[in-house]
Amino acid sequence: MASSAAVATVSAELPSLLLIRRLDPPFAAALRQRFRVLDFFASGEPLPAFLAAAASSPDPPRAAVIVGGGVVRVDAAFLDSVPSLRCIVGTGTGVDHLDLAECARRGVVVANAGAVYSVDVADHAVGLLIDVLRRVSAAERFVRRRLWPVHGDYPLGTKLGGKRVGIIGLGNIGSLIAKRLEAFGCIVYYNSRRPKDLVSYKYFPNVKDLASESDVLVVACALNKETRHVVNKDVLEALGKDGIIINIGRGANVDEVELIRALKEGRIAGAGLDVFENEPKVPAELLTMENVVLTPHIAVLTSESRSDLRDNTIGNLEAFFAGKPLLTPVLPM
Amino acid sequence: MASSAAASPASGEPPILPALLLLRTSDASLAAALRQRFRVLDSFASGQPIPAFLAAAAAATDPPRAAVVVAGGVVRVDAAFLDAVPSLRCVVNTGTGVDHVDLHECARRGVAVANSGTVYSVDVADHAVGMLIDLLRRVSAAERFVRRGLWPVQGDYPLGSKLGGKRVGIIGLGSIGSLIAKRLQAFGCVIYYNSRRPKDSVSYKYFPNVLDLASESDVLIVACALNKETRHIINKDVLESLGKDGIIINIGRGANIDEPELIKALKEGRIAGAGLDVFENEPKVPAELQSMNNVVLTPHIAVFTWESKSDMCDNTIANLQAFFSGKPLLTPVLP
Repeated sequence: MASSAAVATVSAELPSLLLIRRLDPPFAAALRQRFRVLDFFASGEPLPAFLAAAASSPDPPRAAVIVGGGVVRVDAAFLDSVPSLRCIVGTGTGVDHLDLAECARRGVVVANAGAVYSVDVADHAVGLLIDVLRRVSAAERFVRRRLWPVHGDYPLGTKLGGKRVGIIGLGNIGSLIAKRLEAFGCIVYYNSRRPKDLVSYKYFPNVKDLASESDVLVVACALNKETRHVVNKDVLEALGKDGIIINIGRGANVDEVELIRALKEGRIAGAGLDVFENEPKVPAELLTMENVVLTPHIAVLTSESRSDLRDNTIGNLEAFFAGKPLLTPVLPM
Repeated sequence: MASSAAASPASGEPPILPALLLLRTSDASLAAALRQRFRVLDSFASGQPIPAFLAAAAAATDPPRAAVVVAGGVVRVDAAFLDAVPSLRCVVNTGTGVDHVDLHECARRGVAVANSGTVYSVDVADHAVGMLIDLLRRVSAAERFVRRGLWPVQGDYPLGSKLGGKRVGIIGLGSIGSLIAKRLQAFGCVIYYNSRRPKDSVSYKYFPNVLDLASESDVLIVACALNKETRHIINKDVLESLGKDGIIINIGRGANIDEPELIKALKEGRIAGAGLDVFENEPKVPAELQSMNNVVLTPHIAVFTWESKSDMCDNTIANLQAFFSGKPLLTPVLP
């Protein structure tokens, strides 16, 4: 490739960057223009060998771009293996793959994708909710299976307006969801660690109470120790048989096994899920249900946010290398 | 049944219920609600062919002065129909569209016409928005991908496109169009519109013709009635003007769009996608559409929530009661 010759002459001047993420061509090119990229997936090496080689190179990397989703955990062992690292940039919003406390202890600054994805995730959550309530995808299947002329009219959906929607986590994404749903006439309630002063939605200090007064629960919170299985058997029980769950957080925010059982037994009415506990595996029982909408973790996937992510990542790296504060820092809680 | 007591009432006898022609299928709750208040002459229950049924109704001792009809039903409300049952003075349509009713003929004869008013508007607007999100974000297509077990095999799904900043051209800014506009503004869309005349009370940019609207829009939403002017309002020229990244959403009537031209444009990549709840020959959906991944097809369900079904029933009864008590209709339709 032409770039390897070009890189050889300029690479000495470019700061080293550890890259543990697959990138689309424009993103890869943008990074290579600015950094000497040590690319894990391109190396083909096992992770320990790759990290050791990076650490022992003449200009060991001070920054890393690291993907989430279970490929690598940035914990004490990881940071020990590349002690030159002072900055980690995650390319998602979720930082559950980063040990924030350990990074803070070592003075390693952390950035995430900030609000790059928030609008798209909020839009997708609303799309999932309309789909579940109005049976859009299920009706689509009905038409594509040529059933319309045969079976006549399709079962009724239910109106959005007046539905009480309980949002778990009123951060960037949760707030954008709330604003959209208000335009449809929904009533917004929420739960978060602390009530938010500037919002007028009704606050519920615990998720179970939120569930018992809601028609819909939307999971829009980060995944951490407190929020693992935040939607559990008791919450599903409190939500009740007409209730709906929308999950655009992390699969592990919901007790998936209990959710499936509740759906099978008609103890809740439906679910819209973009995330699952063991992606890309989706439990077979869900695949045959008509009252669920299942998407393959695409809430962030628009071409516009891809390009915003690239800008945000590079912006954070350039700030770090110029000795400036990160654009979208993440602090431990 | 109440009809046997429809002789002259004496005190203590049940009141005479006015005769009502019912020319549509009805679910149990609509049927029950109507039967409580009217002597229902039900075309489907009679089992007779329509001409014989109408003749029998017209020849009855107390011929019906009102009829309940629906689009795509068993009759067109035209001169021939009105000649067959000259006692009719009121027609209540249980849907919004009245393209099956000759409004001028009804007006000429002094027959009052009512439709469902705004009973369905919110649900249709919600469905239109749902279809747009589905198309831009590939929700149903991604659903198919997951259900076919392709996620573990094929990995990531193709990128969708953001709603915010999209220019949405709404054709017909009536109650449905306005509700769609309000919802899409919450997503950051830019709203443009076309209608017969500009609306003073809105701030959206007005386009006097649909071709110009299409050339400045990323999305066109058909939210207008079907009549002579709006048949095939989306035609080859409009599709051309919309362009290869453009999307069409139709929650009006199938005939608002030149369906063969739409299909051709989709096949040839001259527009990007379409969300269709209505078709020219329902319930037949052209086979070519059924195999496309960049279309969302729903079987005319934009009105179908149980809440609006119940509201429709209330609205129908309220219009009939107004008519029979000599009051103006609640949701009249004028030519």
